[in-house]
Amino acid sequence: MAKFTTKPNELSKINLIPPQTEWMDTPVEIKEHMFCHPAKIKDLETVGFPNAREWKPTEEDWKLPDNWERTILEGMQSLLKKYRSFSLFMDICVRCGACADKCHFFIGSGDPKNMPVLRAELMRSVYRGNFTLAGKILKKISGARDLTVNVLKEWWYYFYQCTECRRCSVFCPYGIDQAEITMMGRELLNLLGLNIGWIAGPVAACYMKGNHLGLEPHTIKSSIDLFVDDIETITGIKITPSFNRKGAEILFVTPSGDLFANPGTYTAMGYLMLFHELGLDYTWSTYASEGGNFGFFTTNEMAKRLNSKIYAEAKRLGVKWILGGECGHMWRVLSQYMDTWNGPADFLEVPVSPITGTKFENTRATKMVHISEFTADLIKNGKLKLDKSRNDHLKVTFHDSCNTSRGMGLLEEPRYVLKNVCNHFYEMPENTIREKTFCCGSGTGLNASENMELRMRGGFPRANAVKHVHDKHGVNMLANICAIDRATLSASMDYWVPGVAVAGTTELVANALVMKGEIERTLDIRLEPLPGKEASEEVN
Amino acid sequence: MKILFPFVAVMTLIIVVVAGVQFANLQFLFGVIIPYAALVTFTAGIIYRVIKWAGSPVPFCIPTTCGQQKSMPWIKQSKLENPSSSLWVIGRMALEVFFFRSLFRNIKTEMREGPKVVYGSDKWLWMSGLAFHWSFLIILLRHFRFFSVKVPYLIHVIESLDSFLQIGAPLFYMTDAVILAAVTYLFIRRIALPQIKYISLAADYFPLLLILGIACTGVMMRYFTKVDVVGVKQLAMGLMTFNPVIPNGIGVLLYIHLFLISVLFAYFPFSKLVHMAGVFLSPTRNMANNSRMVRHINPWNYPVHVHTYEEYENDFREKMKMVEIPVDKE
Ligand code: SF4
Ligand code: SF4
Repeated sequence: MAKFTTKPNELSKINLIPPQTEWMDTPVEIKEHMFCHPAKIKDLETVGFPNAREWKPTEEDWKLPDNWERTILEGMQSLLKKYRSFSLFMDICVRCGACADKCHFFIGSGDPKNMPVLRAELMRSVYRGNFTLAGKILKKISGARDLTVNVLKEWWYYFYQCTECRRCSVFCPYGIDQAEITMMGRELLNLLGLNIGWIAGPVAACYMKGNHLGLEPHTIKSSIDLFVDDIETITGIKITPSFNRKGAEILFVTPSGDLFANPGTYTAMGYLMLFHELGLDYTWSTYASEGGNFGFFTTNEMAKRLNSKIYAEAKRLGVKWILGGECGHMWRVLSQYMDTWNGPADFLEVPVSPITGTKFENTRATKMVHISEFTADLIKNGKLKLDKSRNDHLKVTFHDSCNTSRGMGLLEEPRYVLKNVCNHFYEMPENTIREKTFCCGSGTGLNASENMELRMRGGFPRANAVKHVHDKHGVNMLANICAIDRATLSASMDYWVPGVAVAGTTELVANALVMKGEIERTLDIRLEPLPGKEASEEVN
Repeated sequence: MKILFPFVAVMTLIIVVVAGVQFANLQFLFGVIIPYAALVTFTAGIIYRVIKWAGSPVPFCIPTTCGQQKSMPWIKQSKLENPSSSLWVIGRMALEVFFFRSLFRNIKTEMREGPKVVYGSDKWLWMSGLAFHWSFLIILLRHFRFFSVKVPYLIHVIESLDSFLQIGAPLFYMTDAVILAAVTYLFIRRIALPQIKYISLAADYFPLLLILGIACTGVMMRYFTKVDVVGVKQLAMGLMTFNPVIPNGIGVLLYIHLFLISVLFAYFPFSKLVHMAGVFLSPTRNMANNSRMVRHINPWNYPVHVHTYEEYENDFREKMKMVEIPVDKE
């Protein structure tokens, strides 16, 4: 496959007016740079997913198993029985179009099948044709169609062009959530082995090794040892974190992505510094070494299988409660699914901050606190000594992750933290933040490299809003609370708004954090000279 | 085709009833049997749909949160947009059902030079939707004067509010104009806005045309042909008391009106119109965001294969010991 080389000014020529030909009469065209490679056989087999095989999306023959239509239709029947959301959302859409121009993929591509309502109709049409009387009799006139290979390909193409961000659901008068429908769609595609590699790989790795990146225990330790060295360089303080330690008060779980690549690693360093400064009695785990859950992008069952490690490990280590790091979909899963799947967590205690004594009543069932809640509480109680001026070279804006805003409502906590650790904070336009936030464009496991055009298109609305504050206020730092954001927004900023870097909120906290016994700081967490501070060095 | 088919369908319905009443003397069929049948279909159909939806469980607590969660006491929770208790869920649902809260949020996305994406306020859909649904409801309620011996007080109040302009004889009802305008707008937007046209199905035009037909015949009878109100009331009371009579001289317009209404009612449960009942069941709106505080139960939760810690340690014991990570078995 040729490299994706389209320039931003070319890519941004977007026409939001749909074509003349009806969508049902427009067969799907599988375009390069818009899709991810299929899953590897060994990854599917590791977790026991069906119909693992070699196949190519661009080839005519997808080597579908015999009777695949029946598999899909029976699968649909069973999902309709299991999920009221699915059954209801198949029936009640009035095609008012309120959701149509709310999807970042539609805004960035102009492809009408990326309008949430049409993405749903891709499946609804098959539902009508097979599960409703009107559809069976009136056929196309009622918006029904048969399940054909082309329809299936269309499902695959477009259900992997939805990041389950739920922005459409905010605007729908009935709360129809395309994310639910995409989940059902992917669940069905999985039955035929039509998964993508960028999801199946991390799933298999996480199942066997505890984290998406497949980091083995000694590698986790050595990654963190490197951070510890860097922290010593920056602060003069030697930190000694513990791993799989029984009897610790708190288990800390965060996405493995932050142990692996910049700028996520800086966030991980931030955690280490913050917890050290607090003298927190906590432990990392190499078994439950993943907060995120790519299983969530395959099947509900797989998500549950991966998620089970968190409570299992908390129980084995005998901790009192769990603290979770910065990540978007991780928190959708932890907030809305974990306890239902793998609870009740009655072996844990309702989380109490050992520093402030605050009891986190809002987590009394899951017993898992978000790092932003934890940090906001520390700041509110005056437990952190902060030197905001260390972030003075940064003009910061905040990107709400889809899942923490629309699947949880964690909006103020990170903002409170940021405003307390930096002097320059600017919000993006109101229609692009909080519950109306835009996806980074690469969520739900679509952060591969072969689908770069899709990612840049999907990332366009977010980037455009960043550009607005970049031009207006000189914003040069996009703060967030998500490991996937840290990995993907960097690429999207480089493409659309060069000059804006990306950082986890805890990185900025650590930058400002005045630690007991630290040396005069001349470097920031990125080991780059702290502007204004190197000067004082020279004077000395 | 998507517009033509529903148009022809509505026309055919009108021709059928005109022919039936004018030439075949089928007054009893169109005035009594079909309305009864339609009402039965409507009621049974809606019940069937609701039972069917309700038969599928809500395995996970999946509200779409549109505001600040409940966390620490000093952070103000957005109780209506992100409710954590049933009381506020009722508030959220009431806003949704009575005032179309989510549609009120609507914004229009446009691409400008730059390129710059801009988001403009767009309240037309919200306004016309609200105008349409409310006037439909008020008109429906007003019709109860035909079905009651003594017109209830509430109906009087609605009537006098609706006609407070005090023009014309019989008095002009505002909702009559509003519903015609709103339905016309909703129809035109489906044709005129390219994105909406693209997503529209025949099933989207059909109910609009049907309702337009119903409203037009109603308006004609009230203001222009001045239908024999006493006759209409006789028919209505007959239906109401299960003592159907077919009074003379109530005119073919009434039969068209009644037949289109019957079709609408019978069609209702089998079409997108069930959103009326469905909206109450939508899990992204009608659930409290409290799954971190109270465990939500999935009735079909089942045990799954997991990769246990023991298996993990067996795979990595030596590597763990090498870097002094504690192990359970030496
Ligand atoms: S906003 Fe809701 S009802 Fe309207 S078209 Fe979209 S999914 Fe359908
Ligand atoms: S969930 Fe997000 S990505 Fe998917 S259709 Fe809705 S707006 Fe688009």
